[in-house]
Amino acid sequence: MTELSAHLPQFQHGQLTENFPDNHLSNTQESMASALFNTDQNDTSERRRHENSERRRNDNPDSETNGQPQNNIQQVVEQDEEEDEELTLKYGAKHVIMLFVPVTLCMVVVVATIKSVSFYTRKDGQLIYTPFTEETETVGQRALNSILNAAIMISVIIVMTILLVVLYKYRCYKVIHGWLIISSLLLLFFFSFIYLGEVFKTYNVAMDYITVALIIWNFGVVGMICIHWKGPLRLQQAYLIMISALMALVFIKYLPEWTAWLILAVISVYDLVAVLCPKGPLRMLVETAQERNETLFPALIYSSTMIWLVNMAEEDPEAQRKASKNSTYDKQAPANQTQNEDPEADDGGFSQEWQQQRDNRIGPIESTPESRAAVQALPSNSQSSEDPEERGVKLGLGDFIFYSVLVGKASATASGDWNTTLACFVAILIGLCLTLLLLAIFKKALPALPISITFGLVFYFATDNLVQPFMDQLAFHQFYI
Amino acid sequence: MGAAVFFGCAGIAFGPALALFLLTVAAEPLRVIVLVAGAFFWLVSLLLASLIWFVSVHLSDREDAKLQYSLLIFGAAVSVLLQEAFRKADEGLATISEDGRSPISLRQMAYVSGLSFGIISGVFSVINILADSIGPGIVGIHGDSPYYFITSAFLTMALVLLHTFWGVIFFDACERRRYWCLGLVVASHLLTSGLTFLNPWYEASLVPIFILTLLTGLWAFLTAGGSFRNVLKCLSCKGGAGREGRATEGVTAATRGLFR
Repeated sequence: MTELSAHLPQFQHGQLTENFPDNHLSNTQESMASALFNTDQNDTSERRRHENSERRRNDNPDSETNGQPQNNIQQVVEQDEEEDEELTLKYGAKHVIMLFVPVTLCMVVVVATIKSVSFYTRKDGQLIYTPFTEETETVGQRALNSILNAAIMISVIIVMTILLVVLYKYRCYKVIHGWLIISSLLLLFFFSFIYLGEVFKTYNVAMDYITVALIIWNFGVVGMICIHWKGPLRLQQAYLIMISALMALVFIKYLPEWTAWLILAVISVYDLVAVLCPKGPLRMLVETAQERNETLFPALIYSSTMIWLVNMAEEDPEAQRKASKNSTYDKQAPANQTQNEDPEADDGGFSQEWQQQRDNRIGPIESTPESRAAVQALPSNSQSSEDPEERGVKLGLGDFIFYSVLVGKASATASGDWNTTLACFVAILIGLCLTLLLLAIFKKALPALPISITFGLVFYFATDNLVQPFMDQLAFHQFYI
Repeated sequence: MGAAVFFGCAGIAFGPALALFLLTVAAEPLRVIVLVAGAFFWLVSLLLASLIWFVSVHLSDREDAKLQYSLLIFGAAVSVLLQEAFRKADEGLATISEDGRSPISLRQMAYVSGLSFGIISGVFSVINILADSIGPGIVGIHGDSPYYFITSAFLTMALVLLHTFWGVIFFDACERRRYWCLGLVVASHLLTSGLTFLNPWYEASLVPIFILTLLTGLWAFLTAGGSFRNVLKCLSCKGGAGREGRATEGVTAATRGLFR
């Protein structure tokens, strides 16, 4: 399901490490792990705030003797704060756009396919997860059937999520890996083969099996490599978008109408519960992953920046630079421990829980003005300047899938056609924007489905039933509003 | 017919909007977000207006054609008023978030907000018509005007530009508390919408709307701080970046004036 988690514990004294401890293990492809991560989005601002506070502290002794410099200091501090705010806003906006683009692309692919390939709007049976049919005689029976379908689907998802959490907790990594590999094999080979076949049928393209085999083989193998191992970032992102679109198309085809809307509504409620409640499976997952300081499974999370896998640390020159910086820091720390000032007053801007967490992890090492000054005197390498660029946001593939299901269903079944599709599209984007805003405020794992899906559903039903007749009448008379 | 009409009408309707978007909005993430937010506000206003119209239609006699017609006009008027109300809400949001420290000025937000209203309004008006123009069909076979598609495209283009200009004027009027300006913007929106009721008498609707567009454009240009000298400076490639030297239209000169 969906989570946003902040990159909390790696921020040490102005150094930003690249280990991403905010792991979010998503469940199966069907349960669609949707996680929205803020990996160090706010660390830049924290660092700058930190520098500002440090400067203020260093300059305070002067203020008693000479009132004059304080004004300049104040101005400098305010200017820094202004720049800080501006940069925060700019980086925040940049991260929002970094997610707008892939979400839009996924939706465009789904809508384009729905509009052109009739296979995905044709009724060819239902999934075993939704056994009750909606072709009933009465409306009441149909409603009941769809509620039952949604209940079965959501219980399947809950069971799968809990299974995944249990597997992760008991370190059955091989099982999880095997599960993920089988799912992505299925998506990359089988579903894309079907998709390609249907596209060829729609456009009446003559094609032989040998060419198709070659195409699908290459597509699938490169996809597996990009997603599960290493590959260019853009290619990996493209593959993740494609498999999300394929999954969304499968859902659009095999879920009957009322069931689909109910499932969307219920899954956003489940997402909210699973991520925010203390005993929610996804929250437990994130916390376990953070405790173990492990990276995410890249197969189920879309990241707007490079994913640093554990085995990359040896070859990567940046990681080596980072390692050397860490060692410098460690040498200084014992020297500074003896000069500890009052820890409560001089907490360096870190909250108590963060400090406790850090103490649990690396031992009681406090930061002091001297240590901070020493660290800041270190030559800043290019890594710190490109850190803000490399910090990105992560969104779970489940989010992509359900957003696309909503928009795809809107374009497939709405009588308002393009108006409804566009209204849902704008609603989802605004929901995503608001979710990212909340992420910037709360800095923890947040569900990305509820707000967007709520807006999307409201706009779908309102546009389809209220706006469409109105616009239809206006267009009939060629009135413009 | 078919694809030619589709691409032609789409180009006419959304050409200026697309150019403005690509040149001024697409590069800046913050402006894109303001654009989407403005579109959202417009959609909410349309939702409310449709709700009012829907309720009024269902409470009235469905068979009476004249009544339905006047209810439609009433619905259109309510929609215009609600759009302006939500433009005010958008302006309120922009003023709150613009606290002198953000990288986007109130003027830029005015322009982007106006553009967003224009784009979403144009899209909602014409996208279904464009989609129908691909398929097989004969325009006006029941006696209606055969120029339906092209006039719709031109009207949409005018509306997009008008919304952009209204956005600039509106925000500026709110900032300087010139309420007569606000009233004039609302009145011109109502006038534009009212002129479209004269369709298919296109001489009476299209020509005045385009004249109105030009006048409003000039007004917005002057409000944004443009002047004849600015245009001359722009044309002679003096002062400012090279790309400003390429602008030859008053509209683009005004928008660039916002970003100088």
